[in-house]
Amino acid sequence: MSNLLFLSLFVAVPLVMMVILFLLPSDNKKAIRYTMAGGAAVILALAGYLTVDFLGEYNPENPDQFLFTDSAEWYSGALNIHYSVGVDGVSVAMILLSAIVVITGVFASWSIEEKTKEYFLWFLMLSIGVFGFFISIDLFTMFLFYEVALIPMYLLIGLWGSGNKEYAAMKLTLMLMGGSAFLMLGIFGIYHYSAPQGQDLTFNIIEIAKNHSMDIEEQRLFFPLTFVGFGVLGAMFPFHTWSPDGHASAPTAVSMLHAGVLMKLGGYGCFRVAMTLMPDACKEQAWIFIVLTGISVVYGAFSACVQNDLKYINAYSSVSHCGLVLFALLMMNQEAMTGAVLQMLSHGLMTALFFALIGMIYGQTHTRDIRELGGLMQVMPYLCVCYVIAGLASLGLPGLSGFVAEMKIFVGSFKHADTFHRFFVIAGCTSIVITAVYILRVVGKILFGPLYKVDKIQDTYFYVSEHNGEVHHNKLRDAVWFEKVATIGLIVSIAAIGLCPGWISNMIAGSLKFVNELFK
Amino acid sequence: MDTVKLLAPIVLALPFLMFFVLGLLGNKMKPNVAGILGTCGLSIVAIVSYFIAISYFWGFGRVGEEYSQEILFNLDWLKMSETLPGLTIKIGFLLDPISAMMLVVISTVSLMVHIYSMGYMHGEEGFQRYYAVLSLFTFAMMGLVIATNIFQMYIFWELVGVSSFLLISFYFIKPSAVAAAKKAFIVTRFADMFFLIGILILSYYTETFQFLDLTAVSGDHATLVHDRMCGEEFFGFLPAISTAMFLIFLGGAGKSAMFPFHIWLPDAMEGPTPASALIHAATMVVAGVFLVARMFPVYFFEAADVLTLIGYIGAFTSLFAAVIACVQTDIKRVLAFSTISQIAYMFVALGVSGYTSEHEACLGYTSSMWHLFTHAMFKACLFMGAGCIIHAVHSNEMSAMGNLAKKHMTITHITFLVSCLAIAGIPPFSGFFSKDEILVAAANKDTVLYVCQAFVAGLTAFYMFRLYFRIFWWNENESYKHHAPHEAPKNMTVPLIVLSIFTCFMWIEKFFPFFPDKITADRKTLDLEFDSVIAGASVLVALVGIGLAYWLYKEKNDKPDAIASKVKCLYISASHRFYIDEIYLFVTRNIIFGGICKAIAWFDRHVIDGFMDMLGWTARESASGIRDVQSGNLQKYALGYILGVIIIAFFVFCSL
Repeated sequence: MSNLLFLSLFVAVPLVMMVILFLLPSDNKKAIRYTMAGGAAVILALAGYLTVDFLGEYNPENPDQFLFTDSAEWYSGALNIHYSVGVDGVSVAMILLSAIVVITGVFASWSIEEKTKEYFLWFLMLSIGVFGFFISIDLFTMFLFYEVALIPMYLLIGLWGSGNKEYAAMKLTLMLMGGSAFLMLGIFGIYHYSAPQGQDLTFNIIEIAKNHSMDIEEQRLFFPLTFVGFGVLGAMFPFHTWSPDGHASAPTAVSMLHAGVLMKLGGYGCFRVAMTLMPDACKEQAWIFIVLTGISVVYGAFSACVQNDLKYINAYSSVSHCGLVLFALLMMNQEAMTGAVLQMLSHGLMTALFFALIGMIYGQTHTRDIRELGGLMQVMPYLCVCYVIAGLASLGLPGLSGFVAEMKIFVGSFKHADTFHRFFVIAGCTSIVITAVYILRVVGKILFGPLYKVDKIQDTYFYVSEHNGEVHHNKLRDAVWFEKVATIGLIVSIAAIGLCPGWISNMIAGSLKFVNELFK
Repeated sequence: MDTVKLLAPIVLALPFLMFFVLGLLGNKMKPNVAGILGTCGLSIVAIVSYFIAISYFWGFGRVGEEYSQEILFNLDWLKMSETLPGLTIKIGFLLDPISAMMLVVISTVSLMVHIYSMGYMHGEEGFQRYYAVLSLFTFAMMGLVIATNIFQMYIFWELVGVSSFLLISFYFIKPSAVAAAKKAFIVTRFADMFFLIGILILSYYTETFQFLDLTAVSGDHATLVHDRMCGEEFFGFLPAISTAMFLIFLGGAGKSAMFPFHIWLPDAMEGPTPASALIHAATMVVAGVFLVARMFPVYFFEAADVLTLIGYIGAFTSLFAAVIACVQTDIKRVLAFSTISQIAYMFVALGVSGYTSEHEACLGYTSSMWHLFTHAMFKACLFMGAGCIIHAVHSNEMSAMGNLAKKHMTITHITFLVSCLAIAGIPPFSGFFSKDEILVAAANKDTVLYVCQAFVAGLTAFYMFRLYFRIFWWNENESYKHHAPHEAPKNMTVPLIVLSIFTCFMWIEKFFPFFPDKITADRKTLDLEFDSVIAGASVLVALVGIGLAYWLYKEKNDKPDAIASKVKCLYISASHRFYIDEIYLFVTRNIIFGGICKAIAWFDRHVIDGFMDMLGWTARESASGIRDVQSGNLQKYALGYILGVIIIAFFVFCSL
């Protein structure tokens, strides 16, 4: 099988699933769900196969960082647009992450009853965008998939969301589209200077990096445009405010996919496009973005401490953790950047777990306000234990994925001995304490402690709420099978990275060897 | 040696396996099965630990004049740098005198706690969970003491922290237990942050995490640290070595509850009593002492100023905690403050210690480790005894107790008394020897510290016997009429007996041969000499303390209240723990939470997000302003068209 076909499968499988789903009758929800589960399993298997294959093919001495590269012409002639694919250790890790989040997301959306078919159609479109983005090495194709991934968000939040969903959907879309506008300028700039004068211009990342024909003056202009463009999706301060509102209104699986995978597009793009294609300007301007992302890390964590909505807490926590991703990338050495990619993986998995659990709790209590909840450990022990595990991963407990990523970041960042870097690295270290504060605040308030607003009637627990003078009793239960599948899948992945991080860390680090040379 | 190498992984693997089995399948087991499984697993770990320690001290460990440092296994876990092999986190087993000793301490106390808990926790909901976390804790603590590199230590350091959190919050329905668990975790985490930064600084310069490289000594320098870091400055003005070592000590101070991080330990008593005995008395809280002992050559040769500071912080903490312990009424809190005070003793001993074993220069180091051992045994015994008492009277408060000696709690009574005598420093119980050596070491180095510690020794004797007389003598409590106290079952009393045997006979060299002369900073053996002047003085001080306690508390009377009202100010502030908790609460709640966090959250919602909303608003408003232009009204369009033509024509003509 040619490389082109093999990597395209990641886009093709969701596409075929969309067709199948389209043909299925909308009231046959069971068939729709099982098709989704089957398709997602195929994607996960493909991602697993890709990882094994990559590790087998990969040779540390190999100077080419990308494997399985292939290309097909799309627009010939002057524009020179190709559908080019290829993966390195970083994108393999991202594809693996996406596959895990997609399949667990399917199980987390199992109980969606309203417009199931349409929901999953948009869900699939989102995954097409995500996978397409990670396999492409052509800027134009990448940008196309990027937009494909963003647009379904509007509908998914606007239609299946909760709360102030129209506002949130609009805000999220507009802010991300605003980022895209910067990004497009940046990409056209890169394209315009992609080859030395007289030669054909190209969108191909590998060739652009090889040519390195962009002058420092142009880089100075286009680097910030591109970095900010992707940075908006990476929740960089001060462009992060779409995140709390968007997550709060999004349905469970959309939050999972969005925080788990989509926000990674930002970090990945910053690294792959902005930094490696314009390294000179990056070195020059890194300090500005180190300040901004350093602020993100601490600011997000402090903000999370006083939020009362569970989703807001995790959205701000994402601001903090994703800030750390960009922060580590800007340290521009192999160790810290490896840490950044690991942090993307780790944050993707644990935030997906968090949002899944919040969705499962919210589905029963119909409130996410931590002041309105208490003592759930007695009612739904399984979900609560999972929540504690997610929390521990988030605060960087050894043995879970967060620790590995954070430690690599800190050790790598510490290689910069000047006062400026030292100051921000130490400020970043304080986040491990603040994270513990807001995680334990939630754990102590809603999971532990005495029951609050919960009645026990004949061995069944009910959540008692008052709405417009009427008293409602919502039945509470522990996790059911599809919820267990979703959470176990994520927890196993988190623990697998946390317990034996060696292989994945080496895989990523191997592909990042060139950065030491590039940013010298 | 080969057998030891073969068996060594069991020490880590078995508790970890137990944690998984009990954690995942525990709920499907009967509680007793889970308990017995955990205890059996730990018995194997204990046997292996003893085997390793014994064959180390009497067998292969001794090479010529000194004890060797053996690495039994060392597996790569994560490379932190692609170019520097030293910066690799390994999971390994470093066997040397202090880790061998810690293996014995941890496995002994942990096994006793496992057995004791079968009785104490009987019938509790979450019994299986309790045993799972105990296994996790044992795993983490073992990994911490056998660490071959500082990052491995940090990993297990965090893991003991989380198991402590899980055990304190065991009764998670009680809000006070949840609050205590949160407090313990966050305070120690705060200290761990300094530890981490210290590790980062140290490893940045030395390019290694490995203890064997870091603590290698030649002549009077810790070679690697000296070569790489001497004269380096951190942040441009802080001496790099001292900063790094001080930050690392702060990590240890957090775990070991030194001032000002001591606030979490008394509250941690909300956990089940046997867990307090294991974690918050015998093992985890001495991790800080162990850390300083592990890095001792670096402290002594390269950061002597920090080592002196450690001694003074220790002295202050021991005095401070002892004063508070004198006025507490909850028996577990008395023991908690006593633990803080005794651990501080160990820090003082390290602070005054020298390095070589010639002329007893490293007596402080030896006595610190020796005190760690003896304290673990008698303090665990005291806690478990307290557990029996709490079971008997269903309260932690002294006011619910009294005259229990006559209520057939003979075993609890005797073992409690033995441990009290040991902690008070009465010969021939173990505490006398270890504390006496600390005082000798302090007297040799620094008179101020000696006087302070001798005074604290008197205070210790006083508050421990206040506790003892108040529980076992005093007068009979009213509530006994409804519910007569009775002795605990056998599985609770046997651990007490075992631990008090340790306490009674640890000084007989034939019976307990590896201590203390074999544990020295330079790993050579030490010839201990008995200093009868200082020993006599400290026994005298202890007797005064006991006598005072006897005079005040042997039977019910008004003297304690009368004295308390005379020194009302001191009494009240001591019983409020000198308001340190209130200060912390003010800083965290009002300044950090109410000030910084709320302000940032407000700023985010109203300024940053407000700006974004304003952009949206501006776009919408200007759009609705412009949209009238596109009205669909033909006349308006015609007007616009004509005006446009005129304007263009005007410009065209002008330019002609």
